[in-house]
Amino acid sequence: MRRKRMLFNIAAHAFLIILCIIWLVPFFWLIMQSFRREPGQFIDTFFPKSYTFDNYIRLFTETNVINFSRMFANTFVIAVFTCIISTFFVLSVSYCTSRLKFRFRRPYMNMALILNLFPGFMSMIAVYFILKALGLTEGSMIPIALIIVFSAGSGTQFYVMKGYMDTIPRALDEAAALDGCSRWQIFTRITLPLSKPMIVYQVITSFMVPWVDFIFARIIVRAESRYYTVAIGLWSMLEREYVWDWYTRFCAGAVLISIPISILFMFTQKYYREAMSGGVKG
Amino acid sequence: MTDNTKKGRNSFSLSKDLQGNTLLSALTEGGLFGWLSCIFMGLGNIKAGQWLKGILFFISQVAFTAFMLSPRGGIYSISLLPSLGSSEQGKVWNEDKGIFEYTAGDRSQLILLYGIAALCVTVAFIFLWRASVISGCRALKEKRMGLYPKTFREDIKSLFNENIHSLLMTPPTATLLVFTVLPLIYMMSMAFTDFSREGDKLVLFDWVGFDNFIAVFSRNSVVGRQFWSVLLWTVVWAFFATFLNFLFGTFVAMLINRPGIRLRGLWRTILATTIAVPQFVSLMVVRSMVQPEGIINRMLLNGGLIAERLPFLTESTWARVLVIVVNLWIGIPYTILQVTGVLNNIPKEQYDAAKVDGCTPYKTFMNVTLPYMMFVLTPYLITQFTGNINNFNVIYLLTRGEPVTVGNTAGATDLLITWLYKLSVDQQKYNLAAVIGILTFATLSVVALITYRSTGSYKNEEGFK
Repeated sequence: MRRKRMLFNIAAHAFLIILCIIWLVPFFWLIMQSFRREPGQFIDTFFPKSYTFDNYIRLFTETNVINFSRMFANTFVIAVFTCIISTFFVLSVSYCTSRLKFRFRRPYMNMALILNLFPGFMSMIAVYFILKALGLTEGSMIPIALIIVFSAGSGTQFYVMKGYMDTIPRALDEAAALDGCSRWQIFTRITLPLSKPMIVYQVITSFMVPWVDFIFARIIVRAESRYYTVAIGLWSMLEREYVWDWYTRFCAGAVLISIPISILFMFTQKYYREAMSGGVKG
Repeated sequence: MTDNTKKGRNSFSLSKDLQGNTLLSALTEGGLFGWLSCIFMGLGNIKAGQWLKGILFFISQVAFTAFMLSPRGGIYSISLLPSLGSSEQGKVWNEDKGIFEYTAGDRSQLILLYGIAALCVTVAFIFLWRASVISGCRALKEKRMGLYPKTFREDIKSLFNENIHSLLMTPPTATLLVFTVLPLIYMMSMAFTDFSREGDKLVLFDWVGFDNFIAVFSRNSVVGRQFWSVLLWTVVWAFFATFLNFLFGTFVAMLINRPGIRLRGLWRTILATTIAVPQFVSLMVVRSMVQPEGIINRMLLNGGLIAERLPFLTESTWARVLVIVVNLWIGIPYTILQVTGVLNNIPKEQYDAAKVDGCTPYKTFMNVTLPYMMFVLTPYLITQFTGNINNFNVIYLLTRGEPVTVGNTAGATDLLITWLYKLSVDQQKYNLAAVIGILTFATLSVVALITYRSTGSYKNEEGFK
């Protein structure tokens, strides 16, 4: 019996190791490719014939065709503003739907539920026409258009935050109200500090949106390469006319983007778990 | 302090009196100036002493009237909606200069947009008008009863206290209306036009009623034939993507959870890399690995394991299996995250009872673990199912919907959602794209309605106080 169990354990561990190798092979390959010296998309062997660090350096120094540093800066600015606006929207809506009683509350929640069902791209073209009518799709207005696109819909993404705020005891609000706090003070001095782990989660999640989305961004930015975000830039490196020269640099860029995003993701998980397991003790 | 609370309570009970009352009952209490404020917004407020508020209402009325009556304003935009414009861009011979001069033609797309926007502004204005009349009548009533109507400063102050929802909800709602609801109405209305590159209808187009829906549903038209096959594949894909992920994910999660397995956190973290790395990176890497010239084919060829390249992306069945398999790579970690939490919550007593009854591990799984998990995870599974119907990334980044048969617009792996994207962005057949968007929404909303109605969070809402 004991022997059988040991055999089973060995088999299970072997299976997990194989599974993890399968899971990591594409990423390992990507990292190998980012250090490859010879150009081109396809090579014969799994490992490069010779290694170099040039791909990373050239990604930032050769800026005449695809300016990666500028894309990075663009995306960063857009992400910061998107993050501020979406977090504010989500917090406002969650607080109101979780705590206050007003006539518009139920219709609003139903509307959000329905709007979340529509595929985003369905209205994407229409959004583009509207932004165009507002004059936001030309030149230096493009980043503003992107910020709007990434944050305007965040008023529907409040369910997780609302669920968290629902767990904050109402007795705290009532006590504060007795002490003479206005609703605004209750919101800023009690609800917000108590929601800290969830706010961190929200901030990171909304910060990541502009880095990983390329579909919406591509429709808004089109061919204006000055305003490319990182995701569109990486995508364009794989287009037919660039791929030979740029493939290894695409890999380098992909590695550079994936590392911070993965770390941020791990943080979101940590805070999400913390928020969900800890709750707030009255 | 006491003075303040008294005043607050008074106005509170009053507003409660008026709450839920309709416009009409407000009017009966407002008297003559209440009725007059229907025509001149804000008059009631001014009469009651709320000067600033009244003037603001009146200014908004003037602004709205100006917008509606201006030469290319609201009424003009709405009046063009039925025809969607008719004058083409023309050439006029200018005798004096000896050149052709181009006259600006109508652009139906803009006419439709401005028309719908003007309608939305009108609806919004009606709400504002209603609010202003009620507010005016209330102020008049308060004055008649010898109470002081709130001053403007108190109104502003109330935005941070009892009316804080107006302050906090307005910006998110406004952006939602302008950048989500308005585009949706706009897009849905396109489904009833012939706005398409086909027949050169990109500049001027007309209403065509339900023609597009008929075309999509009929089996004889080109688009109709593709629609049914794409729909079928979408459902098949969503089914396999959801259930295979669930099956394998549960298996791995249970394996990691077994007593005797070490380094549980490590396994879970490694498997979670596919969630952490952006999909456009991981899927584009896989895409380049499975190309005909890609590393997998090259290595298999060089190793002498195959004689010909494997047609991962060029043959429909291969491509379809490929997307489902790659989706496992992306999706299993999500299932593990979900299932692990649930597994830890299963009451230990049930396992003990099963042990006492002499159940084999298989029987324990079938009779204890599985029923419990299905009970908890059914909403999750349904959400996954709808999510997979809408799973744009995996398909578009991996195969781009290919392989495409010549003459078709949809490829073998295209889902409704990627087809919609191609139809609108690449092929500019906006009318068909809109029809497919509406149909996708209809399918999803049926599924979603069933789910949300049965989830706990919805039922708990009923008890909200």
